[in-house]
Amino acid sequence: MSWGSLGEFLAMGGYALYVWGSYAVAAGLIVVEIAMLVARRRRALEGLGAGRAGAGSAP
Amino acid sequence: MLEALLCVIGRDLRLAMRRRSDVATALLFFVIVVTLFPLALGPEPNLLRAIAPGVIWVAALLASMLSAARLFAADYADGTLEQMALSATPLGAIVAAKVAAHWLVSGLPLVAIAPVLALQFDLDQSLLGALVLSLLLGTPVLSFIGAIGAALTLGVRGSGVLTALLVLPLYVPVLVIGAGALDVAAAGQSSEPHFLLLAALLVLAGAFTPWAIAAALRISLE
Amino acid sequence: MSQPSLVIGNINWFKYASPQTFFPLAGAMIPWFGWAAAALAAAGLYVGFFVAPTDHQQGEAYRIIFIHVPAAWMSMFIYLVMAFWAGVGLAFNTRLSHMMAQALAPTGALMTFLALWTGALWGKPTWGTWWVWDARLTSELILLFLYLGFMALQAAIDEPRRADRAGALLALVGSVNVPIIYFSVQWWNTLHQGASVSLTAAPRMAATMLAGMLLMAFAFWFYSIAASLHRVRTIILERERGADWVKEYARGLR
Repeated sequence: MSWGSLGEFLAMGGYALYVWGSYAVAAGLIVVEIAMLVARRRRALEGLGAGRAGAGSAP
Repeated sequence: MLEALLCVIGRDLRLAMRRRSDVATALLFFVIVVTLFPLALGPEPNLLRAIAPGVIWVAALLASMLSAARLFAADYADGTLEQMALSATPLGAIVAAKVAAHWLVSGLPLVAIAPVLALQFDLDQSLLGALVLSLLLGTPVLSFIGAIGAALTLGVRGSGVLTALLVLPLYVPVLVIGAGALDVAAAGQSSEPHFLLLAALLVLAGAFTPWAIAAALRISLE
Repeated sequence: MSQPSLVIGNINWFKYASPQTFFPLAGAMIPWFGWAAAALAAAGLYVGFFVAPTDHQQGEAYRIIFIHVPAAWMSMFIYLVMAFWAGVGLAFNTRLSHMMAQALAPTGALMTFLALWTGALWGKPTWGTWWVWDARLTSELILLFLYLGFMALQAAIDEPRRADRAGALLALVGSVNVPIIYFSVQWWNTLHQGASVSLTAAPRMAATMLAGMLLMAFAFWFYSIAASLHRVRTIILERERGADWVKEYARGLR
């Protein structure tokens, strides 16, 4: 599959809204889920009195 | 055991008769919801004739769901439910008896009033029989499924709306098959497969849900 | 009384039924699954956009399947896994099984929502409407309600043990109903067919399209595993907060 140019790739044959809309929402939801996971862990550790250091540690 | 179950049914019926207003309110809700649709969609007779089975079925669903809360609330509040859980009679059997009594008081009146409401929508008179039969087979299934929701949410705050969220997805097959029976009959074909499926659902619900309901009650009573 | 044991390869796997022993194991697994998911997604997207050809019926719009189909598969698979752990929890009375079921639900709901959203965006250019009452999409919508109901029930009950077990029962009842719901919705759909609208009429798969889809499916799978493991670790911290090992752990991170 070869795209003529970056412009063609972005335009997706006229279906840009639908294709990129789908991928954008997918990426967005995954980012939001990861952010919520991190936030929930941080809240739990703060509740345990781990302090600021706990939040930045490895999962 | 049969004596114990008949005793439970008799008790529930007597209690329901003492609080006739509860029963009447659920029925009134059914009638009002059905009346809302023509108000929203306009009185065009062809449209109303087409939507009548669906509207009546959805209203029956909602009314069933609302009245499900009444199944266990009173017994839970005064401790009778715990006694039932401790008794020698299997809780599943007692539950089946309670649901049966509940249907007689909440579901059967719906089935009786539905033809009158259908006439309001000018539903073809030949379809009234199918309407009554589909509701007669379907409303007990709705009672059984609603009881699962009621048992899971016993004593939980905001349980009315929560029960709705839990129970409505499970209602979908009954709705689809029940309302579908009428659509097919309206198109002039035989809705026998639909009635057979509804009967099958009724048998399955009657056989299996009491144990799920009993398990849910034990979880809620701990 | 002897503890039950399941010894395979010199390890008693039942010891991982304890939150305390599972916690570090899960922690070790997360990065592996996370990076594997990222690598598979990169490969899948490369194949999907730079190897798979344009579809002659649907043009470039079909490329949405590289997200839609994996998300739909995961939404159903996660529900089954969730119901499995719920069943194990009810049968063996193990806390960790219930925690795992609780951890899976939000990821499953996200996958379901994503399947619905991408389904709508796929339906609009190909069949003209944002929503299509296709049997599978409608079943997906009901599946979303089942997930949300599970999460709402657990959130509404304060006492953790009752919340676990009520949710577990609901998940099991739901999973028994999923085939019934799917069958009845499919029947409903064929009865009311006007134009034959069906998202099952996917483009005939060129091998490259299928490859891209499978790579993305594995990517979504590994991502779901990583996300659920991360969530279950946090749930363990929340629910076992009184335990000494948790306090040690929190202290160690300070």
